[in-house]
Amino acid sequence: MRALARVIAAAALALTGVPLATGAEPISARLAPCLACHGEQGRSENPGVPSLGGQPEFYLTVQLLLFRDKLRVVELMNAVMQGFSNDDLRAMAASLAKLPPPPPAGGNADAARMEAGRTLAEQNRCNFCHTGNYHGERNVPRLAGQREDYLVKALREYKSNSRRGYDAAMADVLYQVSDEQILDLAYFLARRP
Amino acid sequence: MTPRYSLSSCLLTALLAVSPVYAQPAAAPEASKPIPPVQPVPSTVPGRPDIPNAEVAKQLSNVAPLPFGAPADQLPTPQLKLPKGFNIEVYASGIANARSLRIGDKGTVFVSNRLLDKVYAVVDRNGKREVKVIASGMDRPNGLVFDRGTLYIAEGTRISKLENIEDNLDNPPKPVVIYSDFLNHQSHGWKFMGLGPDNKLYVNVGAPCNICEPPETNGQLRRIDLDGSGAEVVVRGVRNSVGFDWHPVSKELYFTDNGRDWLSEDLPEDELNRVTKTGQHFGFPYCHQGNFTDREMGWGRSCDEFEKPVALLGPHAGVLGMRFYSGKMFPAKYRNAAFIARHGSWNRTKKIGGDIIVAYLNKDGSVKSWEPFLTGFLQNNAYIGRPVDVQVMKDGSLLVSDDHAGAIYRVTYGGGAKVAAR
Repeated sequence: MRALARVIAAAALALTGVPLATGAEPISARLAPCLACHGEQGRSENPGVPSLGGQPEFYLTVQLLLFRDKLRVVELMNAVMQGFSNDDLRAMAASLAKLPPPPPAGGNADAARMEAGRTLAEQNRCNFCHTGNYHGERNVPRLAGQREDYLVKALREYKSNSRRGYDAAMADVLYQVSDEQILDLAYFLARRP
Repeated sequence: MTPRYSLSSCLLTALLAVSPVYAQPAAAPEASKPIPPVQPVPSTVPGRPDIPNAEVAKQLSNVAPLPFGAPADQLPTPQLKLPKGFNIEVYASGIANARSLRIGDKGTVFVSNRLLDKVYAVVDRNGKREVKVIASGMDRPNGLVFDRGTLYIAEGTRISKLENIEDNLDNPPKPVVIYSDFLNHQSHGWKFMGLGPDNKLYVNVGAPCNICEPPETNGQLRRIDLDGSGAEVVVRGVRNSVGFDWHPVSKELYFTDNGRDWLSEDLPEDELNRVTKTGQHFGFPYCHQGNFTDREMGWGRSCDEFEKPVALLGPHAGVLGMRFYSGKMFPAKYRNAAFIARHGSWNRTKKIGGDIIVAYLNKDGSVKSWEPFLTGFLQNNAYIGRPVDVQVMKDGSLLVSDDHAGAIYRVTYGGGAKVAAR
């Protein structure tokens, strides 16, 4: 996965001639390399790379900030975010927030796993902050239709305290969630419209 | 309680499914129709809320601070209220996530971060204030202590120091780590730090959860020598203390502690505690606010086993930084009283706190009463600022940090001081 990320990084940077924060070009040009990996229509086709469609603007702003200031550690994202001003982050987030939500994962869903995931999400009160339809709001991300592999990765990172949130709420919640439950939660959320 | 609902709906479904068999025996293929899926009310898992009403639940999600500090002219200074004779001004602004405050020997105001990675120095040159970053790339550097030229910084998993910092604000040295025996946990992983009368660094080691049996290494206050050696537990049963100070006369340690979340709108209240002996246990996770046992962890325990708080400071109010007032600017009644920042609740539909309160003590060290001092950060059930820490300046004025808007305010009393535009 890491190797793949590096390849994608290299490709993205090669396309644009490295530093994204050069200033003058329009926001759409700046975001082109982002969308090359994250998906131009809000849906990522790359394992481990999240779909950005339908994410709240506030959440996007905060994540861009966390990447720029290396508070959320993902080498590629830390590298490409260097040099952007706070205003740049605001503008990028505002633009990215207009991407359409990703469609839920297709195929025949296993009804028992969907039910298990739904029950877990409600027991752990994911729906309180991420909202009843898991579309998120403000600093809380959309989960519905997110890539399943990314959801598993993110939840495991929160559980192991290797990913920082903007606050510690996710670490609180995952303290008592098992890895098996993480798989069911991700299965359900990825298939939720 | 919840299983009853599940059971009854389960029984109901079973009855509905079964009864047609009696009414229309042997109705052939239709009888094998799938049973409609049961929609059980999910039971909660420990530490998670049991709130069936989704509309109510929506008002209980976390409060997110602004990611960038607000400019001075957008700060809510005119809406802030103080007792008669007091004034408030913006001391510094644009310091995103401004948290703990300490003052250097030469008057530098040090400001920490919790969500972000920086430590700042605010320098006053004839009333014009300059904000400098003196450390960055740090891991939740919330706790600060200044002692004889050195700034000590408590991060999530270590304590480091910057020697001779006030002479090197423009070219600060790299932090030198003196202690790192902490578990890495995001939940309550940030630290508050104070310098005790015994010249040791005191630091909280919070519970890595909302409610759980914390590991032996957590749920405590710990003290460490200035060179990082000699670590020992001071008290246990502390969920997460993000503020403490020593009484100017008795030298006893008082600390604030945040109560658990998701128990009820009104319970438990946050605590002010007083340490009279090393090794005391203050109840977490078994007993809350000194008078009731936890609904999950408290079975088989009694609150009589633990130290009781000296004051209850409001449910979910988020009591954080505190300092005893030993300055001379404020009226005599504030002498040796404790100013305490209440960050403001998130885990409550009707928000509470978002203010600075003042607690008055009796001669025996118990709390006589407490009352609001600086209010107005909470407007229409929403925060326009969230106070984190207080710090008495050499002239007796009081600094207040706000991690929501990224600002530091200065409270003064009487004439001669600058009055904020109101």
